Amino acid sequence: MEIKDSKPKSLLYLDGVSVSFDGFKALNSLSFVVEPGELRAIIGPNGAGKTTMMDIITGKTRPDSGTVLFEEKVDLTKRDEADIAQLGIGRKFQKPTVFESHTVWDNLELALNRKRGVFATLFYRLSGEDRDRIEEILATIRLTHRRDELAANLSHGQKQWLEIGMLLAQEPKLLLVDEPVAGMTDAETAETAILLREIAKSRSVVVVEHDMGFIRDLGVKVTCLAEGSVLAEGSIDFVSNDPKVIENYLGR
Amino acid sequence: MISSFILRALEGRILVTVCIILAVALLVPASNLLLSPDNALHIPTYVMSLMGKYLCYALLALALDLVWGYCGILSLGHGAFFALGGYAMGMYLMRQIGSRGVYGDPILPDFMVFLNWKQLPWFWHGFDMFWFACAMVLVVPGLLAFVFGWFAFRSRVNGVYLSIITQAMTYALMLAFFRNDMGFGGNNGLTDYKDILGFSVQADGTRAVLFSLSAIMLSLCLVLASAITRSKFGKVLVGVRDAESRVRFLGFRVENIKLFTFVTSAMMAGIAGALFVPQVGIINPGEFAPANSIEVVVWTAVGGRGTLIGPIIGAVLVNGGKSFFTGAFPEFWLYALGALFIFVTLFMPKGIVGTVQAALANRKAVKAAARAQAQNDDTPSTQIQAAE
Repeated sequence: MEIKDSKPKSLLYLDGVSVSFDGFKALNSLSFVVEPGELRAIIGPNGAGKTTMMDIITGKTRPDSGTVLFEEKVDLTKRDEADIAQLGIGRKFQKPTVFESHTVWDNLELALNRKRGVFATLFYRLSGEDRDRIEEILATIRLTHRRDELAANLSHGQKQWLEIGMLLAQEPKLLLVDEPVAGMTDAETAETAILLREIAKSRSVVVVEHDMGFIRDLGVKVTCLAEGSVLAEGSIDFVSNDPKVIENYLGR
Repeated sequence: MISSFILRALEGRILVTVCIILAVALLVPASNLLLSPDNALHIPTYVMSLMGKYLCYALLALALDLVWGYCGILSLGHGAFFALGGYAMGMYLMRQIGSRGVYGDPILPDFMVFLNWKQLPWFWHGFDMFWFACAMVLVVPGLLAFVFGWFAFRSRVNGVYLSIITQAMTYALMLAFFRNDMGFGGNNGLTDYKDILGFSVQADGTRAVLFSLSAIMLSLCLVLASAITRSKFGKVLVGVRDAESRVRFLGFRVENIKLFTFVTSAMMAGIAGALFVPQVGIINPGEFAPANSIEVVVWTAVGGRGTLIGPIIGAVLVNGGKSFFTGAFPEFWLYALGALFIFVTLFMPKGIVGTVQAALANRKAVKAAARAQAQNDDTPSTQIQAAE
């Protein structure tokens, strides 16, 4: 794949990224590009390097070699998590991670893209503008009626949505979403697909998922990873008919 | 900006507690000074000093609650900040003795004369000035907490590892302060104080003022801690405690958040130590003992961590119990303390205040849930619990 030459404009650009843990090559010269405004799905068997890839993009893991660029100029391998989050990359974890002892509202208030320094937060007061923004997100993630409840009391699916809402509050340019529908009911899964398509209207989203039905629902370009590099890329029908993909992932 | 920050702190329970502490700050010294010793309501000076000591411990427990209860940093070395604050005050009190010491040296404290030292070590300069000593009460514990926290939080030392190194820190300081050539009086510590700002430390009036000051500082620090925990920063703190990586990926600098809290807490502990020393009349390296720091954790756990008021109640109750037990059945105190800790851990994991709060919140939640249920029967899909 001649990614370098064919992409004049990219939001996220990974080239030749490798990382190994104790001799195990988690990523093996991975190259991957996300365009602005794109919704992309990533599939692949366990151990294909999907989560490691997210760790590298968000600054949790440093790659052994390779280039990771955000908006074609910012080298993400030199930044830490907080920096990268402030640049505009949001990340949803596989297991829903929200602040359980805070209310739904407070969760969103904390995530809001405002000054995050010690003194700025000590003397922060909720402005009308911020209030409107939180109301808006509550409506998007369908949690308006539970705004004053502790996040701990939400159902699993609602926690996933709350976490997505927190990422929205962060106003990221790129959203990384790790298995958003794991453990969701069918109705919740369908709702989540709608939600993600809505979100992708105004920003790029990368979704890692195992649920092929869900990916079909999303109807977007799919990248299949295996053993730390890209195996195939294209529409869901193209990828799921690729013999290598069938052998490595679907056929198993 | 500042006023809303403070006003937010004075929410119901905190306001009531502050009023109670301030009433105590007024009534106890009044009863000691104004009532005659035969009056049934008269509080003898030794009891007042004992209660003053409890208030200092309460402030220390409050300081620990800020880092442990809200930020999840279980410090097993808070006794070190307390002791350093105490030493700073002790050094001032030593310099005040002047030529009234046993050896009568106008500059050198007795133990230095005894060790044959010819001049004051550099770090003892300035401690003849009260304002300087007061500044050091904040600066020394604050600086230690800053340096320690800078390295520990930046390298992301967490959980039990952090607890162990805080314990090692206080132990190392204890060993250092036991040495005579450290210049802090070795194992005897600093004692034989004569006066503070020209008033005799033994006088009833001075004792009363020290008691009131302890209560006032405790309530000031309570208001400050409440303001911090009720701000957005406080919510971030709880976030760090419950889901640190989430806070990081939201773009907050977790190390700075922890550092600020740790330093603030260390300074509060330093103030507590500084008020403690003139009331008990001695500071020695025993205050750095790891067991002391662990006891603070017990008080905080008994009262209820993450409640601010709980640690104050816990510190007063446990130390009151200790005074009673060590008087009545001296050999059983440690068993009683151990039993208390086991009981609280097993049956009241949220402590006294936490248990009461949970019971109240539970009653409110049941009512709210009933109301919500009635309202939301029209959105069934969101109500279904996900099946794995």
